[in-house]
Amino acid sequence: MILVKDKDIVVPGEVLAKNDYYPGRGTFKEDNKICSSHIGLVSIRNKQISVIPLVSKYIPKRGDVVIGEITDIRFSMWGLDINSPYSGFLPASEVFGKEKRGLENIFNIGDVLFLKVVDVNEVKKVKLGLKGRGLGKFKGGVLVYITPSKVPRLIGKRGSMINMIKEKTRCNIVVGQNGVVWVKGDPEMEKVAREVILMIDREAHTSGLTNRVRYTLTGTYKEG
Amino acid sequence: MIIITPDEFKRVSQATREDGRAPDEIRPLKIEAGILERADGSSYLELGDNKILAAVYGPREAQIKRLQRPDRAVIRCRYNMAPFSVKERKRPGPDRRSVEISKITAEALRPALILERFPRSVIDVFIEVLEAEGGTRCAGITAASVALADAGMPMKDMVVACAAGKVNGRIVLDLSEEEDKRGEADMPVAILPRKKEITLLQSDGNLTQEEFKEALDLAIKGCLKINKIQKEALKKKYGE
Repeated sequence: MILVKDKDIVVPGEVLAKNDYYPGRGTFKEDNKICSSHIGLVSIRNKQISVIPLVSKYIPKRGDVVIGEITDIRFSMWGLDINSPYSGFLPASEVFGKEKRGLENIFNIGDVLFLKVVDVNEVKKVKLGLKGRGLGKFKGGVLVYITPSKVPRLIGKRGSMINMIKEKTRCNIVVGQNGVVWVKGDPEMEKVAREVILMIDREAHTSGLTNRVRYTLTGTYKEG
Repeated sequence: MIIITPDEFKRVSQATREDGRAPDEIRPLKIEAGILERADGSSYLELGDNKILAAVYGPREAQIKRLQRPDRAVIRCRYNMAPFSVKERKRPGPDRRSVEISKITAEALRPALILERFPRSVIDVFIEVLEAEGGTRCAGITAASVALADAGMPMKDMVVACAAGKVNGRIVLDLSEEEDKRGEADMPVAILPRKKEITLLQSDGNLTQEEFKEALDLAIKGCLKINKIQKEALKKKYGE
């Protein structure tokens, strides 16, 4: 027996279904009842009910690409804020070989880096790395923070949404899976891109968003 | 001679209270979710003349290492009354009463949260009473629970609190400040509404066993009413 419809907004503790359904992400089972554990949108796929959270914190996962800001320099590593309950660290060995001198000459506090999560251990110590295509330090640009669970919406199907924003604003945009977005381009266009990204974050759960984004972009584009 | 018929008796016993409420009626309640820009989750609540702001920050990294637990998150709670929240200016800062309420609020909220999801982190809950008119601890818990849900915390259920008590020999719901002062007993109750598990039960004053049962039932009924408004407030934020 099902008590909710697809795309309904539910709150924590709400009973979604009884018996013959399976609990998915964002739900839990209790006495044959499937309940929501987040505030989010219901999604039903072949008898599996899950709740897509409307707000979430980023939980680091191995293989993710993230954007982090350096907050700390120690003897042989940098400490980074990755917009998560857990801070990450970048070992000096990721940057140079055996010598470990003058870390602050390479990256200093406040620098923004594009990194890869190399490993997350049992106690959620997040090891970051710089080995990979496109990874490294950002020069200039602005950062926009969105809810990590809305990153797929910002990218869109095969990058349709993000490519549209890139094309219309002529900005360089990099999206980290931790909900940090780096935008660089013409200062005016940076502002436009920022507004659009925040709009997607706010309205990610509504339908017809792509069209509204297109309208906002072409509207402001013509004026500017 | 005055004869009170059963009908008449029923009418008298259901007669309104000082502020015109029925014995099982709560004060007008308004909840709004997500009103603070910088907090991860927030809520604003008005219950009668109570005005309460709740903010949630986290889960975030514990700055104090000894607070960290390797297997779960830690919830910290601060209940604070503004100096201008009461008629006579209150000395700012924590006092015996607010320390107690902070502790019981954290304990009332903890069973609802799935803390194992965020080991080594802390969740901070701040409850600021802007205007107080009786029953602030219950209103604070109700508001904090909305703020936690708004912050996207995984929860087993919402937490909702409501007080019942005895005034003029009668069991009534949601005591106002005046009723609390003159009344014989005040009993705040917090529950997890789905399973009706009690997470907070305090009692100030004297109640017989029967009165206690009646008051508890009434408080739970009140909680369920408030829970509906909590849910509406959260859904309203996302335009439903």
